[in-house]
Parts: sequence; structure tokens; C-alpha cells
Amino acid sequence: MKEKLVLIGNGMAGMRTVEELLKLGSDLYDITVFGAEPHGNYNRILLSPVLSGEAQFDDIVLNRREWYAEHGITLHAGSKVVKIDRTRRQVVAEDGTTAPYDRLLIATGSKPFILPVPGHTLPGVVGFRDIADVQAMLDSAASHRHAVVIGGGLLGLEAAVGLVKRGMKVRVVHLSDTLMERQLDAAAGTLLQKELEGRGVEFLMGAKTREIIGRQRVQGVVFEDGREISADLVVMAAGIRPDIELAKGAGIHCERGIVVNDTMQTYDPRIYAVGECVQHRGQTYGLVAPLFEQAKVCANHLAKFGIGRYQGSVTSTKLKVSGVDVFSAGDFLGGPESEQIVYRDPGAGIYKKVVLQDNRIQGAVLYGNTLDGAWYFQLMRDGADVSAFRDQLLFGQAHLGDAGHGGNSPVAMMADSAEVCGCNGITKGAIVEAIRAKGLFTLDEVRAHTKASASCGGCTGLVEQILASVVGSDASQGERTRPMCPCTEHSHDEVRDAIRTRHLTSLEQTMRELDWRTPDGCPSCRPALNYYLLSTWPAEAQDESASRFVNERLHANIQKDRSYTVVPRIWGGVTTPAELRAIADAAEKYNVPMVKITGGQRIDLVGVQKEQLPAMWADLNAAGMVSGHAYGKALRTVKTCIGSQFCRFGTQDSVQMGIDLEKFSWGSWTPHKFKMAVSGCPRNCAEATIKDFGVVAVDSGWELHVGGNGGVKVRVTDLLCRVNTSAEVLEYCGAFMQLYREQAHYLERTAPWIERVGLDYVKKQMVDDAANRTALYQRFIESQRIAQNDPWAERTTAARRAEFMPLTVTKVGRVSAA
Amino acid sequence: MNDWITIGKLEDIPPQGARVVQTAAGEIAVFRARSGAVFALDNRCPHKGGPLSEGIVFDHHVACPLHNWKISLESGEAVAPDQGCARRYAVRVDNGVIQLQL
Repeated sequence: MKEKLVLIGNGMAGMRTVEELLKLGSDLYDITVFGAEPHGNYNRILLSPVLSGEAQFDDIVLNRREWYAEHGITLHAGSKVVKIDRTRRQVVAEDGTTAPYDRLLIATGSKPFILPVPGHTLPGVVGFRDIADVQAMLDSAASHRHAVVIGGGLLGLEAAVGLVKRGMKVRVVHLSDTLMERQLDAAAGTLLQKELEGRGVEFLMGAKTREIIGRQRVQGVVFEDGREISADLVVMAAGIRPDIELAKGAGIHCERGIVVNDTMQTYDPRIYAVGECVQHRGQTYGLVAPLFEQAKVCANHLAKFGIGRYQGSVTSTKLKVSGVDVFSAGDFLGGPESEQIVYRDPGAGIYKKVVLQDNRIQGAVLYGNTLDGAWYFQLMRDGADVSAFRDQLLFGQAHLGDAGHGGNSPVAMMADSAEVCGCNGITKGAIVEAIRAKGLFTLDEVRAHTKASASCGGCTGLVEQILASVVGSDASQGERTRPMCPCTEHSHDEVRDAIRTRHLTSLEQTMRELDWRTPDGCPSCRPALNYYLLSTWPAEAQDESASRFVNERLHANIQKDRSYTVVPRIWGGVTTPAELRAIADAAEKYNVPMVKITGGQRIDLVGVQKEQLPAMWADLNAAGMVSGHAYGKALRTVKTCIGSQFCRFGTQDSVQMGIDLEKFSWGSWTPHKFKMAVSGCPRNCAEATIKDFGVVAVDSGWELHVGGNGGVKVRVTDLLCRVNTSAEVLEYCGAFMQLYREQAHYLERTAPWIERVGLDYVKKQMVDDAANRTALYQRFIESQRIAQNDPWAERTTAARRAEFMPLTVTKVGRVSAA
Repeated sequence: MNDWITIGKLEDIPPQGARVVQTAAGEIAVFRARSGAVFALDNRCPHKGGPLSEGIVFDHHVACPLHNWKISLESGEAVAPDQGCARRYAVRVDNGVIQLQL
């Protein structure tokens, strides 16, 4: 018989846990859900748009009643649990319903804090927590004029703006002198106040409420200083408190919230708790991102996988008032040890502040342009060293180099018809609509449902912004702790460490040792694992072609019409009439539809059928050419300019240097594609400063540049160092490639990798530390000894050629009666 | 009653891989999952017609090589939220010989 799981609280955290549990495929439990409200589960974050009229209640329902039935879940909606009987292991509801449990999950959420002033129980005094509160406000707005909102925090301001839109005259009463003082500093708070005043909200700052007056219904509010204002509706938005009464009554240890450990268990090991009612490591949370992280961990333990720990969350907030862009994260005030960088343009209504300590971001406040909120938040969570671009930090990520996207397009100002994702043609309106209608909370969910930012990723920041502006916070996890894919709890770094320290040499062994949840991984983790294994144990790990993307499996780039491209290696971009003749012959012999010069100075034969590949490779091999790896996460090309052999400005022989570099490094697999260039003088005709490894000749030797990128986001290289000889160029190149190979995450180009670890780190590892540079170089040479083989030549034997051919029907027969 | 056609041996298909076969019904992709199970689908992704036979096979799914749609090998259906279906064909393996029913 199945165990019984009872959930108290049909809200976002509790139901997310149930959904995560179902997603894990767990069939361990008969699930019963109790909810005090008479509905299915809805998206509480979106109550503000319902209040303001931008959305209807139906739009924000996450799970309808039918959903519960379809999943075999018993739902008692409108049934408030009044007692947990831990001895009999059952819960009792107000209406007498009882339900026995083997495991209990408490997700009672929080209650609005109602100021205990005289008159607080009068009709017309409401909180702002659930749909009933919203309905009460809408009813008041229909028949009354004056609203007072007590509390100028996130919720209070959203309520105030919503009520103004509903035609009420709204006054916000706030105890402090700054709005949203828990999220904003005084400068940003003032800008916000001005903006909201412009929209018709009045403010009474530094005002302490003494009494709410009225006979049958609220009529006014009186303050400590004796002032009195009239009111037909009072919204209490002075904060929330974890709802712990039920747990307390059952003798479960509570402080401010229900105390749980890292596996979301209370002091009674049969009882778990998640969400706003919980206190974890002394912290309580009121935002969706931490709640979802908790839900994930809790589901994991309920499913008896026994892995995953909740370690607390770093959070960021956004105000969800359309047209107002406010972002806040971390310690935005700073202390004596920290520094602040501030950008202020009152005329344009823009204010940005980033708090740094030891060149790492501690917190940020943005007002007016929050485009870079997600970026600062990422840098903050990753503890990234920003010293390399500190002087440009406040101008934003776009300023660091980007193909002209973003920059001056604050999301709030964008029209619904504006195209956000240029690859898939997805507009802002479509994204907002999907987030609301489908109840999306994370970047991955938005990508799955809309495809926005799912192709090149160039608009990721913009999509994150839109997500944050709709749901109020970004629920995605930081890069450092984010699991590499849904098959595992482990991050890229953890997996790599395990492969190295536990000497894992095959995918199967790695998945077994690290408790993979899926039988054989997914298209995301398999290629990554295959790469990590090959780069860590080049002599021992077997390359698993089934875990390679088609291009690397067939050593050719697949095209949309199922044809492939063939690119022979042309060392340093220098070819001969004989090679050109062989390429031309192949193009004619196999009827190649297009012959194209590539951006990396190679020749691309486009539109080749799969069956033709081995024969064509054999012909090109016979003319002395090998695979150009134009299809791989591998060394691609070394582009060169003419250099000192012919050029009147050339200071060094860039052509020979390029050829030497390519012959040295070809065949190596890297986390992502790896491009090089060598220029013969600082005029830099080979465009070496947008390559992963760029070499620029100067009269005295060579400058080595790293981390450039000319793709989705243009990034100019950082200068690594200067060296004197060609031999040194090769040594530094090998060491740099090896450092990247060993430390970057799979599918991370050198540019984001360097931004993540910092240029200083790379310099310390391979410029300052000569012994380590030699060791890196030696490991690269060792790997090359094994990896530097022409994949084309290996596949032109008769046996291997057969793999490229279709199977044929050998017998056609009728089904026999037997 | 439809014909069963013999298309080759189990070992002709790489584990966690696929081969194609040209039939009267068009090009069919024949997959061999890690579990040992064999499946056959129309070799066209319902999205943009990508060759499913060249995708990464995982559990009882394949990821289309063009835009990474995940297709169930058991039903031919795209994994939600994507929608679409590749036609499925019955397969049997008898003494290591693979047969499809068109």
C-alpha cells in the first residue's frame, strides 16, 4: 500500500513541492491537499495585476480542480486545518474532515501583519494576501472614494497603484522616511516617490498610525501627531508574518517561523515544511525564488532520493508596477568596509548604485533602468571579481561589448509588439502573456514555452528582465550551484571534481557514482560528461559517439535540409594550387551545390549528402588534406594576415606563426569552439582581438590576447602578456588552452569563462606561475598525443563507410497467423 | 493486414543510436535504446522536418538535431510544451532480426 502524504496549504510553495515530486516520477504517495481558500492553486504573485485590472483571476490560476483529479490528488479546498494530531498522525479540519498521514508537509504561508491599533477589526480594513482581499478592495473601489494604504513597502505600493487605477483617491502612510526602505536607499526611494506621486498616489511619510476610526465601517485614520484623514478603505500592508499557529499548537519547534533543517524537515522527522512559514538557518523568505528552491529539495527527500540540501538563498526584488523599473539585491546600503559606485541622472530618472567589497558585488539598487539587474545579481551570487571592468560596471553589460542590443531599452518602456528574441521572433507581449497564462517562474520555463532566448541566448538578459518585471524576482539559480541539467543535483564543477578525484572514466560509471536520476542522461548532460571525461582522462576515457551531437559524430555540420558541409583544414589560411584543384575536383565530382569561403579563411563545401561524406573525405585525404573541425567544440581555425614575408608593414612572420599554431593545436577538443588569429603588426588585419586566443606581432615579439568573441556578444580580448619568441607563443597557447579545457564549463566560451573567473586568475595560473604554465603545457601535449588524429581518415575504411549508408529492406512478407 | 518487412540485424544499429531504412512508406528511422528496446518512427521531426535518426537517443526519447525538440520513441509525440507527432511503426526483433510493420 502507498504511504499517505498530506499537504496543509494549497499555495505556491506547497503545490510546487507536489509538482516537483510528480516530476521526479515518484509514485510513493497517496496525496491529500488541504487549502483554506475555496479554489485551486493560484499565482499569488500576480494579485497586483488582478487588482489593477491588467489580469483576471482566471489568468492566474496555476492548477485547476481538474488537475488535482487527473493526478489522483484529493483536494479539500475551503477546508481549513485546525489541528495536527502527531500521536495519531492525522490532521483535522474545521469542517470535521480528518486525514491520516505518513508524511506531512506544512505550507501554511504567511499572514499580513495587522497593526493592533484600536479599530483594526472594523469592516473596510483588509490585508493584501489573497484573492478575497483583492475582491474586498474591488468592492470598496466600486462604491467608495478614499483609500489609505498603511505601509510603503513592495505590497503597499502595488496595492496603492492598483487602487488608483480603479479610480480611488489613495494615500500611502509610511512609518519611515524612505519608501521600500528594506529594498531601496534614500536616493532611489525619493525617485520612486516622485514617480508614484505623478501617478496620483499621495504620501504621508514618517507617519505613525494611532487609531482607525468609524462606526459601522472604517471612516478615518488618526496619527500619533493628532492628524486625521478620512478613509473608506484601509489596506494593511505593514509586512507579513509566518503563519505558524497550527505548527505551534502541535508542539513543533517554532521561532519566528517553523524551524527546518537543510532537508526541509521540522523537529518531527515525519513533518516537512516549505515556504513563507519556514525559518531556515535563521532566515525567513517571502519571495518566490527561495520557495521554489526549498520545494525542489523537499520533493527530492519525499521521493527518497536523499540528495540535495537547501542552503539558503540570495534574493533580489523587483517592484511589479507597470512602467516603474526598480531593482534591488543584497546589501545595497553597504558598511564601513565596502565601497559604492553610483550613477545618477535625475533628469532622466535614472539611478544606479552597486556596493562592492574587495571588488565583489555585495548588493545593488537600480532605478529607472534595471536592464543590468540580472547581470549584477549573477555576478553577486557567483562572487565574481569585477576589478577588470569596474570602471565600466555601471554602464552595464552591453557597454562591455555587445552587438548593439539592449543598452537603452528598459523593459518597462518596451512596447508589447517589440521583438525580444530575434532568432525566434518572440515579442515582449508574447512572453508576458506566457508567463501569466502558463504560470512560468524561471528562465528555463520561459525558454521551454516561448523559445525566447532558447537559440543564440543573446536576449537572455532581456528575457530575465521581463520575467522579473512580471513575477517580481528571478527564480533561477546561480551558475555556481545550478545543477548541470535536470538529471542531477550536481553542478558542472562538482561533476568535474568527482571525475577527477574519484577517477571516473566512463559515462555509465559517472552517472552511477553520482546518482543520476535518469537511466542514461539527456542531450544536455551526455555531451558535457563525454567532454569532461575525455579532457580529464585523455588516455583512459573512451569517446562515446552516442553522446556526441550529430556534427561531432559525423564530423560535418548538419544543415536544415539534412545535408552536410565539408571543410578541409587549410593551415594558417595558406593553400596551394594543388589543394585548390583537389577541392574543385571534389566539388564537381560530388555535385556540391555551393562552394563558400568561410569567415575563418577556409573553403566550405556546402550541401553534401551523408552517404557521400566518406568518399569525399578519402579524395581530400589523398590530396594531403585533413578535417578542418569546422563542426566541433574544438580548435577551429587560425586566421592570419600576410605578415613580414610580403607586407611592407609586417613586423613578424604571422603566416608561419599561424601555421605552427594550427599544426600544434588541431584535433584538440575544448569546452566550446576555440578560434585563433595571428596578425603581423598592430594594424591587426587578422582581427586577432576578437578571438579566443589572439596573437599580435610587435617589433620586439608578440602580444598574446585572450577571451575575445565576435558572435552573439562581441567581446574584445584582454591582453594576457607579451613574449619574445615563437616557441613561447606555442607554450602560452598550449597552457591557455589547457587551463580553459580543464576549468571552463562545457559550452562556455573563453569570453564568459574569463568574465567568471577573472583575468587576474588566468594570469596567476599561467603567466606568473612558470612551473604551472609548464605543467599545463605538458598536459596539453600529452592530450594532443592521443587526440591529434584525422577523424576523416579513420572513417574511410569499407567497414566504417557502411555506417553512413541506409539499411535496406531484405524481405517483405505477410504476417503469419501464428 | 500489413506487411512486416525485414530490415537487418539488431547489431546493425549502434546502441543509443539509429539507422535509417528506405521503405515503400518513405524514410524510417529505427532506434535502439539503452534498454535494448527497438523503435521505428518516420524520419522527420514534426517541427521542421529534421532527421530524427541523427539525434541523441536517451531513455526512450530522441532529441532532434536541428532544434532540439524531444520526441518520445514510444509514441512519436513531441514532449510538452512542444506539440506534434512523428508517425510510429510497429517493430519486432526475432532472433536478432529486426522487422517493421508498414
